[in-house]
Amino acid sequence: MSEALSTALALLVGLDSKLVEIVLLSLRVSLSAVAIAALLGLPLGAAIAVGRFPGRQTVIVVLNALMGLPPVVVGLLVYLLLSRAGPLGPLGVLFTPTAMVVAQTILILPIIAALSRQAIEDAWREYEEQLRSLGARRVNAALTLLWDTRFSLLTTILAGFGRAAAEVGAVMIVGGNIDGVTRVMTTTIALETSKGDLPLALGLGVILIAIVVAVNAAAYLTKELAQRRYG
Amino acid sequence: MSQGALLPLRLADVSFVAGGRAIIDQVSLEIGPGPSTIILGANGAGKSVLMRLMHGLLSPTSGRIEWNSPERPGAPRKQAMVFQRPVMLRRSAHANVAYALKIAGIPEPQRGTLVRESLESVGLAHLARRPARVLSGGEQQRLALARAWALHPEVLFLDEPTASLDPSATREIETVIRAFDAAGTKVVMATHNLGQARRLGDEILFIDQGRLVERAPVGEFFSKPRSAQAAAFIKGELPWT
Repeated sequence: MSEALSTALALLVGLDSKLVEIVLLSLRVSLSAVAIAALLGLPLGAAIAVGRFPGRQTVIVVLNALMGLPPVVVGLLVYLLLSRAGPLGPLGVLFTPTAMVVAQTILILPIIAALSRQAIEDAWREYEEQLRSLGARRVNAALTLLWDTRFSLLTTILAGFGRAAAEVGAVMIVGGNIDGVTRVMTTTIALETSKGDLPLALGLGVILIAIVVAVNAAAYLTKELAQRRYG
Repeated sequence: MSQGALLPLRLADVSFVAGGRAIIDQVSLEIGPGPSTIILGANGAGKSVLMRLMHGLLSPTSGRIEWNSPERPGAPRKQAMVFQRPVMLRRSAHANVAYALKIAGIPEPQRGTLVRESLESVGLAHLARRPARVLSGGEQQRLALARAWALHPEVLFLDEPTASLDPSATREIETVIRAFDAAGTKVVMATHNLGQARRLGDEILFIDQGRLVERAPVGEFFSKPRSAQAAAFIKGELPWT
């Protein structure tokens, strides 16, 4: 165990090229997925928050439930879509980072949409009369609220990033864990642990936790500072 | 009445029922331009709801609310409202006023001047760049007045604008309201504060349990109220004693 730890440290300190490659691919995949999911999920959350339409409550319940989507199930569904016989098979993206981005986007879109819906709806309760009094239409109101809740939405986006960076099941199935192509931190940890190569797995585990902690700390500080400044 | 003017506002048998209780009960009245109107009544009498009905934030359960010349949806509003607790957007004081102008469709190049004038009229020009939400309660309420005033509305509704402010902030707000009144805006204000009603009002609408009980010029209302409820309210008597 201690031997494994010291080897892990050596890999970290020496910036082992294979390790760096894996970390960079993980970040590329998860950050792309977060970017796309935020671009779709935040407007969706805002629309549901201020919108009035039949079935709204059902939509909210379903969206909240989808936050708990098991990654392996998402992986399986995306696999079926992208596999050679599947409807999107001709695109030929299965076992590429693109497929992994798609799977993670689907996984975290409900998280970002549902959490932003909650934050924006709370703000809407406070702002509604004032905005309606000024003559704002609902679309205006939604955009205003997206901007005014920006610090809370940062936390929402982070929750999505945390989920994407930490999941194994979806990327494993649609990426295939191919060395040098689709191998990311979590799939490597799973593989190396089962092979008994603990140092690399441990090193990656340390990095994964460090990244998640660092990103969250940065976001927390940003939020604190901004809230002190803007109230 | 000039054409295109909002006022007079007519309410015919307006009721508003919530939770099986009539918050506003068969109110009929007409509000014309000119002298300021104070909606006076105890807490829970229905003042706020009556104002929200007039301003269009609530729809009456029954009865009709008609403006002389109704606002077209999508057009800039000719009426504004200031609430008991101001809702400030997370941006600067200047940007909060500019936001109201943007919503009203005022082109960007014209906004700057209007915002500055409006902030000056409430004495907040020096705080224009300050984030609105870190201003004091009194400053926020003056900013809310500036935001409502930016478009020089024909009618300005004020819902207990000083209820959560200290005496000095209250005086500042009252000064601003008097200036707006003098500038020709029709002020319609709800309050339960007798002193304030006397200081700012020309006529009183006295509301009790959702009903319009009495309407009179301010001097007459305070010297010889016609209704027992108004007399009791003025004397500070509690209705159940």
